[in-house]
Formats: sequence, structure tokens, C-alpha cells
Amino acid sequence: MDWGWVSDHLDLVGHYTGRNAYLGLIAVAFGFLVSLPLGLLCARYRWLYAPISALATALYAIPSLAFFVVLLDFTGLQDRTIIIPLTLYTLSVLVPAVVDGLTNVPEHVRQAATAMGFGPLRRLLQVELPLSIPVLIAGLRVATVSSISLVSVGSLLGDSFGGLGYFFTRGYQIDYPTEIWTGVIAVVVLALAADLVLVAVGRLLTPWVRRSPRTVIRRRTARAQARAA
Amino acid sequence: MSIFTDFWGWFTTGANWHGSDGIPARLSEHVQYCLLALALASAVGIPIGLLTGHFRRGGLAVTALSTAARALPTLGILYVLASYQPLAVFPVILVLAALGLPSILVNTYTGVVQADPDAVDAARGMGMRPSQVLLRVELPSALPLIWLGIRLAAFQVVSTATIAAFVSLGGLGNYIRFGLATRDYPQVVGGAVLTVVLALLSLLVVSLAARLTVSKGIRARS
Amino acid sequence: MKRRTRLLSTLALAAITATALAACGSSSNPVSSEGGNDSGSSAGSVVIGSTNFPENELLANIYADVLRAKGVKVSTQLNIGSREIVYKLIQSGKITVLPEYNGALLAYLDPKTTATTKDATDQELSAKLDPKLEVLEPSSAEDKDSLNVTKANAEKYDLHSIADLTKVADTFTLGGPPEFKTRLQGVVGLKSVYGVDFSDRFQPLDEAGKLTIDALKDGSVQVADIFSTDPSIVANNFVTLTDPKGLFGAQNVVPLVYKAGVNQTIVDALNAVSAKLDTPTLARLVSEVVSDKKDSTVVASEFAKSAGLV
Repeated sequence: MDWGWVSDHLDLVGHYTGRNAYLGLIAVAFGFLVSLPLGLLCARYRWLYAPISALATALYAIPSLAFFVVLLDFTGLQDRTIIIPLTLYTLSVLVPAVVDGLTNVPEHVRQAATAMGFGPLRRLLQVELPLSIPVLIAGLRVATVSSISLVSVGSLLGDSFGGLGYFFTRGYQIDYPTEIWTGVIAVVVLALAADLVLVAVGRLLTPWVRRSPRTVIRRRTARAQARAA
Repeated sequence: MSIFTDFWGWFTTGANWHGSDGIPARLSEHVQYCLLALALASAVGIPIGLLTGHFRRGGLAVTALSTAARALPTLGILYVLASYQPLAVFPVILVLAALGLPSILVNTYTGVVQADPDAVDAARGMGMRPSQVLLRVELPSALPLIWLGIRLAAFQVVSTATIAAFVSLGGLGNYIRFGLATRDYPQVVGGAVLTVVLALLSLLVVSLAARLTVSKGIRARS
Repeated sequence: MKRRTRLLSTLALAAITATALAACGSSSNPVSSEGGNDSGSSAGSVVIGSTNFPENELLANIYADVLRAKGVKVSTQLNIGSREIVYKLIQSGKITVLPEYNGALLAYLDPKTTATTKDATDQELSAKLDPKLEVLEPSSAEDKDSLNVTKANAEKYDLHSIADLTKVADTFTLGGPPEFKTRLQGVVGLKSVYGVDFSDRFQPLDEAGKLTIDALKDGSVQVADIFSTDPSIVANNFVTLTDPKGLFGAQNVVPLVYKAGVNQTIVDALNAVSAKLDTPTLARLVSEVVSDKKDSTVVASEFAKSAGLV
């Protein structure tokens, strides 16, 4: 591993890290925007959950490169050709996360809110969603890490679409493991950083969790993570 | 849509069913890689999950390990390993196993942690040794979640095993790569559809295996 | 706590909406030196593309350097799939300039072509090309597909030309890029021109990169398609089989351009590059990228300077 090469190309690494972060995070953001209403609908009308979940699963199975290629004809060689499939992939994790989060709100809490005079929207925004945050964060973590990692496949389409995958393909083409390793390490670091940020955000948004008995929280979060994994 | 008629045309062309590039050949390569990868992921993930779950230690390590495994860019690792060992099969297996590991590991751990505490308590009270508690109570109780983990892992592994083609090791990804290089879209779609179907089938197969091995009492609860 | 939750949820909603709006607003990527634009290009600003192998990327970088020196606004789209994808992009004007090879391009446009000399190739190419496109002056630099075998095999089976492969077609496996199987300048032509049939014994590898070279070295394939300027042919003592029937024809480097996207300055600059390139120079530059691991952009700009093009 030639660290000299790495230090010479730090600006290039930085540039592609930015691209990777942008493509991955936008996909998750859009995925969340779509999953929230979808999940709400599925939580309310339970019969919707099975078909929507099945659809999300089927979408996730589509090999990413094939997806990109087929879209190429419709969306051209643009960022959106990468972002759309990545967004759809996140649905298989985020929709269940939203549904799980909402349905795991204890019934008595929901009823207490109604009894206190909360209308459905206010109850949603101030009670159900905040209580769902641990589960939502668990899902967002998985979706974010996977998306950031998956962006690299876009490099098979062209240099500007693979984020850090640029280093994989070039390093492989000219047989230069240093370059490939650089890309790999950068992706892992970026993904883990994003993960840590989400953990921190989750902790910030749920101050009441820290005051609860630890085993209950550990179990609840573990269950959520198991479902999201 | 024309994409699907294209696929049907490709799928029903006799020539595509023969030879080393034929559908059966590529399918069997694909399945072999997936089975080996899942076996490896289970061989690593289940024991670690069982042990950390039983001793209630290392929960954080389990999450960290699975996050790290998920962060690994499959294509990148594959390229790196393939550049050291071109045309060797084990890089593909390794990479796919790393992909499936998180689901299996986390779910096994959670399954053990969530085993009915009363049953575990009773087992201990009956004088069972820790290993017996693990194997005779916690493990069977965790089986539904373990199978869930394997199911999720199988699904991911089958749909990602298409990358084997990018280091020229065959599998259904060959149709995607080949089709891409020659702008033969029916072929690309063919590879994609076959992969999706295989992935969904794997869900079915694992669910069936779960149904056969999980005892009725536990199934009723989960 | 009520207020905090409300504040946080509003912030979160705002953040998500902002990102969404930002993304919708800029559907092309934010870095100005890359990325294709919806509008394609207008004369005075060009998009230079390349296919996915080092030499092509290098040529694109050389073009980019030279054009930038002439004050043209350049963006690049490099390492895109294969020619098949890229050709469609230049046809629609989303790419303006592409480094091409006259013979290979002709074979792609007209699989039945029998042109083998440079002049015949150039003539037919101009005729077959989409009227929106144009090829400029071909360079004397050539990079052809070439079939190579290991020195040991060449001696063992007495192989000198592609025609000799008939001796071993039943036992040899041919390795090459995936598209080699269906191209005239590939498995198809080998059968029709030389009577050597590899359709069942073809292993798709990569764009004559490490995989192909290693496969030839370790015997996974016995004959491989490697581009003639690749330094590994010499480095590994491979024997290039001669091509007496000219199947791989003339393969001069030539810029392919989208007519509406270029002006005379651009055309002149690109022709100047072609004039300064010859096969040994090209091979040397490729070796700097592939063997010495120098950056393609660095090698390109050094060449452009030393050739007096900038």
C-alpha cells in the first residue's frame, strides 16, 4: 500500500467522498420522505402492509447494475439514474421501520393522548413519531450505511456516478491495489461516520430513553435492529 | 412493457439454454456461490451470536461488527481480493459471506437475548449446565429469529452475487455484464429477472426450512 | 419537552425538504469539472467522453487539455461502459467528442464491412456515420485488438499467425472483453475469416486488463485479446499472432465529434493532436499510466506540453 500516492491524491479522495456522500444521503432522504407516508398508511390500513412490503422486497432484489442500465434509456446519464434505484432500495428497510415504530407505540399511551385531547395529527407528531424514533433511527442507520456502500456500483456506468467507486474501477483497470484500498477504506470511514452521526442524532432526540431501565431499551432497540438487518 | 416481451424472447430462445453460457450453467454457478457464502456466514455468525447472546456480553460489538460488515463496499473488496488472486472463487464467497453476516449475526444474538426468561430460569433451576441451557433452551427459542436472519441474508446474497460476473466468475450477473457491454438489453433484463426470481425463491426455501425445524410451540409464539 | 419536540420535528422536516428541493433543482452533479448537462453542449463548451479502458481515458484527457488551452470550456465523462453505450450518447449530442478507432467504429456500424486498409476504412466510415457525427483526421497511431499466446505455447504448437490457430481451436480457450464474442472483430470474424471457431470456448474477461493478462499467464485461457499498445505484451514475452487477412484491420486513433457541438478551433486543435501521435508514442504514454501508475491527467498534460500542443 503506497501511502505516498494517497497523500498526493487527497483532494481527489475528498472530491469523490463528497460525491459518494451526496448520492448516498440524497437517496436515503428521498427514501425516508417516501417511506414515512407509505408506512403511515400501512400502519393505519394493515392490509396494505403485505403487498407494499412485498413490492419493496422485490425492488430490492433487482441487481443494481441492471437497474441503472435499464433506467439509462429513460433518465439519461445523470445523477438521477443512480439516485432512483438507491432510493427504491431503501424502501425495503425504511417502510418496515416506520410501520414497526408506529405499531410499537403502546396502546395505553396512544389512548392517554387521545384522552388528553390530542387530535390524530398532533398525536402523530408529538407522541407516536417521537416514540418511534429509536426504531426509525435503527432503520435509517442500515439504509444509510448500505446506500453509501452501494453508490460505488455506479462507477461501472462512468466516473462521475460511482462516488468512491472511481478508485475501485481505476485501480482494478491498471492493477494498482493501493487505489482500490483507498476507495474501500474511504467508503467504510464515510459509512461509519454517517452511522455515528445518526446514533448521536437518535440520542439527542430521545432524552427520555436514557432514564428508562436499560434492559428494556436494549431489548427494544435490539429487536428493531434485528428487523432492520 | 417491451422490456418484458424482450425478456420472454430471450428466455424462450433455445440456444440460451445450452453450453457454458446457458441459463442452467449460470444458474448453478450462482446458486453454488450463494450456498457457500451463506454456509460461511452462518458458520461464523451463528456461533458468535449464540455466545454473545448467552453471556449477554458484546451486544455493542455485535452491532458494531455488523455495521462495519455492511459498510464494506462489495465491489471494492472483490476487486482488491481478485487483484491478488484473479479467477479464484474464494474472494467472491468471502465478500458475499460478509454481506450476509450482519443479518445472521444480529438476529441470532437478538433471538438468544429474547429467549423466554422464565424458560431459561426454569432450565437453570433444573440444574442444566450453561451449555445445555444454551443448546436446549435458548437455541430452539431463538430459531425463528435465526431463520429470519438467514432468510434476509439469503435474499441479499442471491441478489448481490451478480457481481461475480465482474471478475469473470460467471453466475447470473454474466448476462447483465455481457448485455451491458453489447447493448443487448433483453439479456440484461433476462439476467435481472432471473436474479429477482431466484432471490424470491430463496425466501420461500428458507421459510420452508424454518417451518420444518422450528418446533410448533415456539412457532405459535413468534 | 413539548416545545423541544416540536422544534426538532420542524427542523427535521425543514432539513429534509431543503435537501429534496436542492436535489430537484440540480439534477446534475455539483462539481463543475464533471458531469453531463441536460442541454448537451453548445459550441464553445464541450463534453469529452471516453470508454472504460486506460488508453481511451488518456486520449480524452489529452483532448481536454488541448482544448482548454484554446479557451474552450471542457467537461469530461470518462470510463463510461463500452462503445455501445457511448455511441448512443454522442449521437444525441450529450457527448461532443470521443476518441475512437476508425476500424473498430466502422465494424460497429457495419458488421459486414470488409475494409482492411486505412483508406478504405476511412472512406466507408464517413459514409456509414450518422450525419450528425463526423470523424476528423485519423492519426497514424494505432491500437488494435491483437491475439496473443504465451511464448511457450507459440513454440510448442508452432503458432505465428492467427491462421495457425486452426491447429488448436479444439483445445484452446480464448479470453477477451465480453463484447468480443459478438463482434466481427472478434469471435464472429475469427470464424468467418479464419475458420477458427471459438464460440464455445470463449471466456469473457475484462477490457484487456489485468484479468485477461493473468488468465493468459496462468493458463486459464490459451489465447487472449490484448490491445496492441498494452505494455504487458512485451513485459510478459507474449507472442502476438500476425493477422495476414487484416481482420483487425486499420485501427487509427481518430476523434469522433458531434458536428453541432464543435467549431473550427476545436477541430483544428483535435487534428493537431492526431498529427502528433504515433503508435510508439501512444504505447509509451499508456505504459506510463498502466505500468508506472501515473495519473492519466498528469501524463496527458505532460504530453500536451512536450508536443507543443498547449
